[in-house]
Amino acid sequence: MTSSQVPRLELRGITKRFPGVLANDHVGFSVMPGEIHALLGENGAGKSTLVKMIYGIQQPDEGEILWNGNVVTVASPKAARKLGVGMVFQHFSLFEAMTVLENIALGMDTSVAARELEARILDVMKQYGLKLEPHRTVSTLSVGERQRIEIVRALLLDPDLLIMDEPTSVLTPQEVEQLFVVLRQLASEGRSILYISHKLHEIKVLCDTATILRGGKLVDTCNPREETSRSMAEKMIGGNLKDIQKTDGRAFGKDMMIVNKLNMASTEAFGTSLSDITFTVKAGEIFGIAGVAGNGQNELLLALSGEQLSEHSEAITIDGNNVGRMKAKQRRLTGMASVPEERNGHAAVPEFTLSDNTVLTARDRMGMVNLGMINSGAAKTYAGEVISAFAVKALGPGSTAGSLSGGNLQKYIMGREILQKPTVLVVSQPTWGVDAGAAAAIHQALVDLAASGSAIVVISQDLDELLALCDTLAVINEGRLSAPMKVADADIEKIGLLMGGIHGETTTRPEAVVQEAAHAH
Amino acid sequence: MSIDFIIAAIITVVGLTTPILLAGLGELVVEKAGVLNLGVEGMMLMGAISGFGVTVMTFNPWLGVLGAAVGGSASSMIFAFLVLQLNSNQVATGLALTIFGTGLSSLIGLSFVGRIVAPFNTFFPASLARDPILKVFFGYSPLVYFALIMVPLVAWFLKSTRGGLILRAVGENDHSAHSLGYSVIGVRYAAIAFGGAMAGIGGAYFSMVITPMWAERMTAGRGWIALALVVFASWRTGRLLVGAYFFGILMALELYAKAAGFSFMPSQFWAAMPYLMTVIVLALISARKGAATNAPACLGKPFTA
Repeated sequence: MTSSQVPRLELRGITKRFPGVLANDHVGFSVMPGEIHALLGENGAGKSTLVKMIYGIQQPDEGEILWNGNVVTVASPKAARKLGVGMVFQHFSLFEAMTVLENIALGMDTSVAARELEARILDVMKQYGLKLEPHRTVSTLSVGERQRIEIVRALLLDPDLLIMDEPTSVLTPQEVEQLFVVLRQLASEGRSILYISHKLHEIKVLCDTATILRGGKLVDTCNPREETSRSMAEKMIGGNLKDIQKTDGRAFGKDMMIVNKLNMASTEAFGTSLSDITFTVKAGEIFGIAGVAGNGQNELLLALSGEQLSEHSEAITIDGNNVGRMKAKQRRLTGMASVPEERNGHAAVPEFTLSDNTVLTARDRMGMVNLGMINSGAAKTYAGEVISAFAVKALGPGSTAGSLSGGNLQKYIMGREILQKPTVLVVSQPTWGVDAGAAAAIHQALVDLAASGSAIVVISQDLDELLALCDTLAVINEGRLSAPMKVADADIEKIGLLMGGIHGETTTRPEAVVQEAAHAH
Repeated sequence: MSIDFIIAAIITVVGLTTPILLAGLGELVVEKAGVLNLGVEGMMLMGAISGFGVTVMTFNPWLGVLGAAVGGSASSMIFAFLVLQLNSNQVATGLALTIFGTGLSSLIGLSFVGRIVAPFNTFFPASLARDPILKVFFGYSPLVYFALIMVPLVAWFLKSTRGGLILRAVGENDHSAHSLGYSVIGVRYAAIAFGGAMAGIGGAYFSMVITPMWAERMTAGRGWIALALVVFASWRTGRLLVGAYFFGILMALELYAKAAGFSFMPSQFWAAMPYLMTVIVLALISARKGAATNAPACLGKPFTA
């Protein structure tokens, strides 16, 4: 790490207001050349707004941005790129139907002949060991490959500062390792990296400095190597972090959910079909399904919840009933409940009130409908119970679902299902985009539900979450589920390989991947 | 079948094809930018009356064509403003544009009813068009050649130029294009204006070439065929050309069935064929397993930054 006197980037008193929200409140920090600087904070802490201003997507209301010691106005992303700022977005700004080459050409500010561009891409790829085929269509690529496009696109502009927004949220552990190698190489060349994340152990191994934001304010700038993950987490949430209270050595009951050779073709254009999914969840057990996004998780949730029917009724059994051919409503009557990944528009109707939203899934079990008429009193009472039991921040059962923050709505939806005391609960991404406080509450509620004898299936991309929460774990890859393993003796490296598509007995991809993955360690 | 009949048939097909080819090319560019403009019929009528009106007043058909382009484009800008600036529903706004264009063109056309201009149908020297065989190649209005030249031009623009790449990017993923610093709204305005101009010229083909006079609703629903054509072509320029001529043949069959009693099917059957074929093509495309329909991913979706 080189450290000259002048910071590459310095922010002074940056303030940004949105209607009703102070997104950034006099935030200031600096990034030196060759420094990997973490920007840490929960969802809604103001990280994204801050980098959007550095990259010129938004303009600060107050404060100044200094580039190599000079005050600059970053009017647009184009201006930012001209200064030497590159950005890799969390949600890739890629064009599915276009080729890698076309995607990269779109990221260039000047027109470059296709042949010359291809040569330059191959150069950058060679220099940093990033493998890509320029003429492949993006829709055929894995998430890791897509991220490489973004990185190559940013590197072609020879940036002095590279902003990485939550780069590892969709990668396997091996891909994360490969990414870190590239980032360290970039830093050693004197480039600065602003690394946005909420994954503390990554920041500890990668970053030189960490700036922590909370509620739009700067809380602390510290050296992550001298901090513990816990101390940084507490600064991030501004309170004490609660551990999951889990009793060890619980005995499981009978088999509550049996999935036997479940096959299902995807109905989506770029979807993944399920093939021979088999697993069993016992009463009291939390069964985790890990995997990189887009490997069949959405399809599996639809198949389990009953939104899509299986071919055979015995493909899914709940508490001894064959439910494979049953619709969602009938499955709910057998004691199952499910929570899909998407909160707005799938798990809840944003325009409906919270009490109307409870009617949607709890009407039969909680007696909210008599002779086809909604018993709005019962719905309101139940909604009120959910709000108080799960500490949902809402004005009351009459608020619309869409008016709640993501974390609060998720708590509400989880509460709505958990208070129905389901014998089997299937949830997808229970804490995606939820702040740490709410996540801890949701985790505890799931553990408590399992302790009371329910069988729970958790589908999540967050491996840390699954390892903390689950008793048993399996990995889904390209629509196939691995053999389940006990979390207590799970091997992270093996899970990572499974996530990347390497199955113990059958190798589905060329050996090169194995070597590549092994090389990363 | 005599050679004369075949020549006459070819000339009929070319005449029927040209307006939908022009309007279809414009709409293809609009849809590639992610905007669904169902107002093609209205823009064609606005182009028809603008082109005719300018020709009547200036006696210059070239200025008439320019007027048609401006008229179609100007009417499309109403749609563009509502859809891009106010985020109104594209389907409803497009339908409204068709109704509006039908009405406004009739109103403007009141003062032009009964007037006639010289048909805008010579380009090559008349000596070339006298020979019946050469006539098949050289006997058309300049608009026919313009439409044919525009096909490779639009294909080249979309495929090989940076502007085309950006336009496709905007239609494929508007938010990504925005975050890369491209002006989604600006690109869409330009695309809609181009689509309006092409529809306007397509409409002017009716009032300046086919029947060089003005009549209310003279485009007779060809705007809808142009819309079906874009889907039929699955948003590909080459297929659009083939499809336009295919639809032209179907429309010619309809005419012959109606007029000459040349019919083993009623004329209504041929009139319905373009739409039926579009439905069949759509079904075939979506039946291909795992393949995308090739429709621009953001087609019809409003964009807010």
